Amino acid sequence: MVAIPALAVEDLSVEFRTRSGVVKVLDHVGFTVEKGETVALVGESGSGKSVTAFAVMGILDAAGKVTSGRAMFGGSDLLAQSERDLAELRGRELSMIFQNPRTALNPIRRVGQQIADVLVRHGGATRPDAPREAIKMLKKVRIPDPERRAEAYPFELSGGMCQRIMIAIALACRPALLIADEPTTGLDVTTQAVIMDLIGELGRDSGMATIFITHDLGLAAEYCDRIVVMHAGHIVESAPSRALFANARHPYSAKLLAATPGETASLASLVSIPGGLPDLRRADLPACRYSGRCERLTDACAQPLPHKTVGERHDVACWNPL
Amino acid sequence: MLKLLLSRLATAIPSIAGVIVVTFMLTRLLPGDPAAYFAGLAASPQAIAEVRTKLGLDKSLPEQFVGYIVDLAHGNLGNSLSTGQPVVAEIVNRLPASAELTLVALFLAVGIAIPLGVLAAVKQGTWIDHLCRIVTTAGVSLPVFFTGLLMAYVFYYLLQIAPAPTGRLDAFLSAPTDITGFYLIDSILTGNLETFRGALSQLALPAISMAIFSLAPLARMTRGSMLSVLNSDFVRTARASGLAPRTVVFTYAFRNAVLPVITTLGMVFSFLLGANVLVETVFAWPGIGLYAVNALLTSDYAPVQGFVLAMAVLYIALNLLIDLLYGLVDPRVRLDS
Amino acid sequence: MMPLLRHARYVLSENPVTGLAFGLFTLFLIAAIFGPLIAPYNPLQSDAVNTLKPPTWAHPFGTDQLGRDIFSRVLVAARLDLSIAFASVILAFLLGALSGVAAGYFGGWTDRIVGRLADTIMAFPLFVLAMGIVAALGNKVINIVIATAIINFPLYVRVARAEANVRRDAGFVEAARLSGNGEARVLLGHVLPNIMPIMMVQMSLTMGYAILNAAGLSFIGLGVRPPDAEWGIMVADGANFIQSGEWWVAFFPGVTLMLAVFCFNLLGDGLRDIIDPRQRT
Ligand SMILES: Nc1ncnc2c1ncn2[C@@H]1O[C@H](COP(=O)(O)OP(=O)(O)OP(=O)(O)O)[C@@H](O)[C@H]1O
Ligand SMILES: [Mg+2]
Repeated sequence: MVAIPALAVEDLSVEFRTRSGVVKVLDHVGFTVEKGETVALVGESGSGKSVTAFAVMGILDAAGKVTSGRAMFGGSDLLAQSERDLAELRGRELSMIFQNPRTALNPIRRVGQQIADVLVRHGGATRPDAPREAIKMLKKVRIPDPERRAEAYPFELSGGMCQRIMIAIALACRPALLIADEPTTGLDVTTQAVIMDLIGELGRDSGMATIFITHDLGLAAEYCDRIVVMHAGHIVESAPSRALFANARHPYSAKLLAATPGETASLASLVSIPGGLPDLRRADLPACRYSGRCERLTDACAQPLPHKTVGERHDVACWNPL
Repeated sequence: MLKLLLSRLATAIPSIAGVIVVTFMLTRLLPGDPAAYFAGLAASPQAIAEVRTKLGLDKSLPEQFVGYIVDLAHGNLGNSLSTGQPVVAEIVNRLPASAELTLVALFLAVGIAIPLGVLAAVKQGTWIDHLCRIVTTAGVSLPVFFTGLLMAYVFYYLLQIAPAPTGRLDAFLSAPTDITGFYLIDSILTGNLETFRGALSQLALPAISMAIFSLAPLARMTRGSMLSVLNSDFVRTARASGLAPRTVVFTYAFRNAVLPVITTLGMVFSFLLGANVLVETVFAWPGIGLYAVNALLTSDYAPVQGFVLAMAVLYIALNLLIDLLYGLVDPRVRLDS
Repeated sequence: MMPLLRHARYVLSENPVTGLAFGLFTLFLIAAIFGPLIAPYNPLQSDAVNTLKPPTWAHPFGTDQLGRDIFSRVLVAARLDLSIAFASVILAFLLGALSGVAAGYFGGWTDRIVGRLADTIMAFPLFVLAMGIVAALGNKVINIVIATAIINFPLYVRVARAEANVRRDAGFVEAARLSGNGEARVLLGHVLPNIMPIMMVQMSLTMGYAILNAAGLSFIGLGVRPPDAEWGIMVADGANFIQSGEWWVAFFPGVTLMLAVFCFNLLGDGLRDIIDPRQRT
C-alpha cells in the first residue's frame, strides 16, 4: 500500500523583516504527513515550529514572507493560493488549535456562537440550525451540560474547557488536516491527557492527519506515529517515534532525548543542551545551524546539509550522524 | 443590568457631592466679596448689604452651605441680575440649543473618526493611515474658536454657501413648534422642510468645527486599539478558521476594539462641553455656553455658577451613560457586577 | 548621558517631524525672549490713518481696527502666551507631583484625600471648570494660570502616584530610609528625582493643552485685558471683522496659536519617545 501524503511541505523558507534586520527563520524545511497519521514537530523554543504552522495555514504576520517552497495539500499548493481561496480551505479542510486557549477565543462572544460562526461559514449548518449543531459539537468534545455552556463567555470557563471549545471550533467541519500547536501547555497533567486522547480519538474516527507541535518528546512518543525534529529553522531528523527513541542519529535529537525525563531516567541524569540557538539575523549563518553547539563538528560540516536516509522512513541532515 | 446601573449610580454620588461642594466654594470661600459680585458692578453699599442678607451671606459658612443645598433641592439656582429671570429656567430654555449642537458634533466626530481609525489600522502604512496620523496630530492642535472663524470666513464670506454665523435660524424663518427643543427633529415632526433646511445649514459650521476638534482622540484610540486587537490571538484563531475577512474585522476585531474607544468618549465629552462655550460664542448660538459668557462679561455671577453646576451634572450623567454602554458591549463587566 | 543622546539622534532621524517641531520651538522661544526688541512697530501704537489694512510689505500681517501692526502684536504676544502656559504647567507640576508622590508613597488617608480631590476635578468638563475658577477668583492673568494648573492637576497626580507607588519599596528607597533619612527627605530627595524624567514628558505633553486653554479663556474675555497683545484675545478682536471680510485680523494670531500648540504637541510626543519609549503608540 502506498501512503498518500495529506500534506507535503517542500523546501519551505520564511524570513521576517524586522527593525534589526532580516531574520531567516525557516530554511528549506520539508516533511510529509500522511492521511490518518499523527506527526510530532519538536524542538526547543524559537526553533520555528509555530512559524512552520502559520506558513502552511497562510496566517503569518505581515512582516513574514515565504521566500521559497511549496506546501502540497489535496493536489494544490497552499502557498500559491489566493487569500480568498485559502479562507475557503481554512476551517474546513485544514484547521489549527492554538497554544493558550484563553486568549485564543473571542472574549466577548458566546462560545456557542463562535463555533456556529465556523459552521455557517463553511456550510456545516444553516444560520437557524447552527446553535443546535454547535451544541452537538460541544457534546462531542465532552463538555458537560453543553446547552448551558454554549451560552457562556470564555472568561467563565476553565482553561481546559476553553481548549475543548478550540478543538470543537477546529474540528467542526471535519478537516483533513489538523495542526495542534502546543495544545496542552498551561494545562494540568490530567486535563492534558484528556485533551490529547480527545484529539487522537476524533482524528482516528475521521482519518484526519494531525501535526502535533510540542516541546515534550515524552508526549510526542506517546501519541504520535512519527517525530520530526527542528532546530533553528532546519529539520534535522525525522523518524518513526519508536526508531527515534531507540536510535536517534542526529546529535541534537540525541541531546533532546537525553534531556527528556523518561520512565527510567532520574532527574539527575537529565542533560541540558549546551549553547543557544544561533542568531538568525547573521548574514554568514553556517550551513549546519547546529555546528556551533555540536561536539562532532568536522571540516565536512561546512558543506551544504546532506539528506541521508538511514532507515525505514528515517532521515537525518548531518555529515557525522551518531 | 439593573445591578450594574445601581452600582454605577452609587459611584456617581461622591462625584456629585464633590461638584456641589466645589461650586459652592467657587462663590463663598474665595477672595473678594460675593455679595458685591451678586449685586453687580455699580451697586451701592446699601444694595450690597441688601444682597448679603438676601443671599444669607451674613450667616456662618455651614449654615450657608445648608441653605445652598436646600435651594438646590428646590431647583433654585438664584436669579440672573441682568434679566431678573430664574437661572434654572434660562438654562432649561437654552439647553436644547446646546444639546443639539453638541450631539450633532459628536455624531459627526464618531462617524468620521471610527471608520478612519479602523481603516488606518486595517490598511496600516497606506495613505489612509498617514491621513489618520495627520488628522489626529493636527486635530488636537486646532483652537476650536479659530477653526470656527476660519470656516465662517470661507463658507459664508468667500463662497457664500453658508448662512451668516448668527444663531440657530435665519431671521426670516420661524422656529418650529417646540416638541423636543431640537430644531432638526421638531421641524421634521411638524413637516416643515424649509425650516429643517434652514436649521441644518445654520448648524453645519459650528457642528463641524466642534467635530474636528473632538475627532482626534477618537481616531487615535480607534486606530491604536484596532491595531492591537488585529494582532491578538483570537483574531488569528478567527482567520485560521477561515471566517470571511468581513466577519474577522467587524464581528471579531472591531467589537473588541471599540471598548477602549467607549472609554475615550468620556474625555471627548469633556472636550465637547468646553468647546461648546467657544463655538457658541463664535456663532452667536443661543445655548447655555453663550448665556454663561454673556453673564461673565457683565459680572452676573449666578448664571455662571448655575452653568458650571449644570455642565458638571450633565457631564457626570454622560459618563454614567458611557459606563452603561460599556457594560452593554462587554459581558465581563455586565456579569461581574 | 551618551546612550540617551544617541537614542535622541535615532528618534530624530526616525521621525524628522520632531526635528521640525524643535526648529519651530526655537523660533517661538526667540519671539518670547526678544519679541519686543525685534518687533518693527510698537504693538500698542495705534494709527488712525492705516486702520484695517490688508497685509503689505510694510505690515506683513496687516493692521487691526486701531491701525496697530498685527505682526508686531503677534510677535510680542508670544511672551505672554508662553509665560501663562509655562507658569501653569510648572504650578500643576508642583502641586500634582508633590501630592501624587505623597499619595503613592504613603498610601492610606493621604492617598484617599488626594484621589478624591483629583476625581472631583475630573468630574467637571475641564474648560468649564477653568471658566468658573477664573470668574470666581477674578478676571486677572494670574488666575488664568491658576485655573489652567488646577485642571491639569489630576493628570500629574495620576502619573506621579503610579510611579511613586512602584518605587516605594525599591532598593534605593529602602536604603535611604535605613540610613536614617526622615520620610520627607526620602520623598523629596530620592523618590521625586527618580520620577523627574517621566514628569518632564508629562509637562511637555500638557504644554500645548495649556496654551490652548489659556487662549480659549482670553477669547471669551477672561484674564487678559485689551490693549495687551495675546493671541486668543486678538482672534476675538478679529472675529468682529470676519463677516466683513477682513480676515487677516483674526487669521495671523490664530495660525500662530495653532502652530504653537502643534509644535508643543509634536515636541511632547518626541520627548516621550526619547525618554520613555515603552509608552510609544
Ligand atoms: N513576527 C515575528 N517577527 C520576527 N521574528 C519572528 C516573528 N515570529 C517569529 N519570529 C522568530 O521566528 C523564530 C521561530 O519562532 P516560533 O514562534 O516558530 O518558535 P517555536 O518553535 O514555535 O517556539 P515556541 O516553542 O516558543 O512556541 C524565533 O526566533 C522568533 O524570534
Ligand atoms: Mg510556538
